[in-house]
Amino acid sequence: MAYSHAVGRTTWAFADLKDLMAKATPLRSGDMLAGIAAGSAEERLAARHCLADLPLKAFLARPLIPYEEDDVTRLIIDRHDEAAFAPIAHLTVGDFRDWLLSDLADAAALARIAPGITPEMAAAVSKIMRNQDLILAAKKCRVVTRFRNTIGLPGTMAVRLQPNHPTDDPDGIAAVIAEGLLYGCGDAVIGINPASDSPTGLSRLCHLIDDLIARHAIPTQACILTHATTTIGLIERGVPVDLVFQSIAGTEAANASFGVTLDLLGEANDAGRSLKRGTVGQNVMYFETGQGSALSAGAHHGVDQQTLEARAYAVARAYDPFLVNTVVGFIGPEYLYDGKQIIRAGLEDHFCGKLMGLPLGCDACYTNHAEADADDMDALMTLLGAAGVTYIMGVPGADDVMLNYQSTSFHDQLYLRDALGLKRAPEFEAWLQRMGITGPDGRLRQASGSHPLLSRAEAA
Amino acid sequence: MSPPPGRPPAPVTADPWAELAASTPARLALGRAGASLPTREVLKLGLAHAQARDAVHAAADFGALRSGLASLGHASVEVESAAPDRATYLRRPDFGRRLSARSRSLLGGADAAGADICVLVADGLSAAAVDRNALALLGALLPRLAPRSVAPIVLARQGRVALGDEVGTLTGARLTVMLIGERPGLSAADSLGAYLTFGPRVGLTDAARNCVSNIRPGGLVPDAAAGRIAWLVDRALALSLTGVALKDGSGDAALARSPDAPPLAG
Repeated sequence: MAYSHAVGRTTWAFADLKDLMAKATPLRSGDMLAGIAAGSAEERLAARHCLADLPLKAFLARPLIPYEEDDVTRLIIDRHDEAAFAPIAHLTVGDFRDWLLSDLADAAALARIAPGITPEMAAAVSKIMRNQDLILAAKKCRVVTRFRNTIGLPGTMAVRLQPNHPTDDPDGIAAVIAEGLLYGCGDAVIGINPASDSPTGLSRLCHLIDDLIARHAIPTQACILTHATTTIGLIERGVPVDLVFQSIAGTEAANASFGVTLDLLGEANDAGRSLKRGTVGQNVMYFETGQGSALSAGAHHGVDQQTLEARAYAVARAYDPFLVNTVVGFIGPEYLYDGKQIIRAGLEDHFCGKLMGLPLGCDACYTNHAEADADDMDALMTLLGAAGVTYIMGVPGADDVMLNYQSTSFHDQLYLRDALGLKRAPEFEAWLQRMGITGPDGRLRQASGSHPLLSRAEAA
Repeated sequence: MSPPPGRPPAPVTADPWAELAASTPARLALGRAGASLPTREVLKLGLAHAQARDAVHAAADFGALRSGLASLGHASVEVESAAPDRATYLRRPDFGRRLSARSRSLLGGADAAGADICVLVADGLSAAAVDRNALALLGALLPRLAPRSVAPIVLARQGRVALGDEVGTLTGARLTVMLIGERPGLSAADSLGAYLTFGPRVGLTDAARNCVSNIRPGGLVPDAAAGRIAWLVDRALALSLTGVALKDGSGDAALARSPDAPPLAG
């Protein structure tokens, strides 16, 4: 079915719904690489006008990727909650934006409709929203998850402590964990990207963090970010595993490029839950996503990268994850060219994920071959903090010495807490005070060189 | 409140754990000015970023590498991808995954006898990685691949990982080993990555590959990397596969002999 919109004497035509979505999306290099972006600024705005008049129901009637060809489409359609959708079923995309920004859309109303919102609806409305709209609507969404602490409460922002080391050296990893904790980081997860997927080395890292968490009774959780099949193998060998990690994407073929299927994700979720290691909840999955992954795998079906990213959230939603992380600037300038595109993508992803009911965090990051720098990350993390982001990364000096990119730092999260008044997960906040790391106001105290976290045993 | 007599209070709070930094290249114990990085560290990070930005745009010295390989007794051939320059390469990864027409006819015209292994070196995103580490890695790796047959080493400019798929197809190799400059970080602008692909053919995804990353003197040293790659090559050729089904067990034998290795349950 074709779509069109007249601007003066020019009528802009769009071949089908995915063409309309791609033409309406804010400019980015990945859609240009795919050859699906709008050819002019006027065409882009004509597409947005057309999209705004489209009923939300159209996305249920006309899937962007055919039901028969793609199991993510089948997941979206088969699991769609008609009852949750009912209160917004009469709206157009443009009306939906107004509704989201109105006082009708409070936290309770947003939570009720979340299961009725498909990724295509979320993506569509985001395309006609300005950055401030994405911030305000996301801030109203309330998504709370639990394992050994409680993530996502109002006024809080958690941090993933990311202690990567180029050769997985246990002493080096333990050193970064110690500093991160002393900077008040780690309530989202202590999560390592290992350099090697050797099961023996991974097992050693699992034991390292498990021992640390047990010794100091830290109300947090560990994760080794390796392939889900590898983690299932570790669980079968009796290795202590808290969260189960997997990278996911928005199409069946892109997931296949990661070596995963929906069934495998279900097995991984079951394996993680079978250990019952959570104390206040059993959300065990940790997913990472990022715009451009489907195109990178040649699996994008001509759909724009932001819509595909939202479809990855439909995959995540099926497994009640503890954390979802959009790694927004990691993939490189061929998908998000500069700071402006990275900032926009981070806000879109956070909004779409929250609207769909997910605990969305953001790895606000950039690589050295992108046209971006630390000032762009300052802008993005500040906007995300205002939008109520569930968590950000904590990397020493923002410099990940294993993955070779710049993320957000131990200092950055302190800056956001000071600038925006954000607290940590309450269980973790209380632990930091018990350990003398923070005062009653949540701010760091002067650290002592004899703090128990610095004892030699930590580096053993 | 009036300031205490004597020294005025210092604005920078030191982190009293400088010794932790010895075990990792990560930026530890930077101190803080309130919540923020001290001036000295902000400027150091800015300089590192400036240097990495400059490194992305340098060109690999394949002439020197070819001389070095010749002295080791290995023939080599230079090719380039379909990306004509750095600016195009950065925006068009699809061009970096395919050979230029000239290079395609060059390799297609060569004797495609079908060696067991085709080793490639590509500049990727760091010419420095190739210039500093490729010869050391190849010097340690190539003897370990014997008695398998190895095709002349292919040196590829403006190349991405998947360029090896087309090269492997043209040369008829059973397995490709692509050594490629990884994206430069602030602390390490010279890391090589090694990607192993069994049965190379155009259109494969990364799920079909195994990767050994961070190969450089301050990371996984070339000699150790060569051992790990050779182990994976042996397993890949024995099992006729690479990818997620092939787990890196190269460290297991060594760890099993180490008295301080943690016991594995199950």
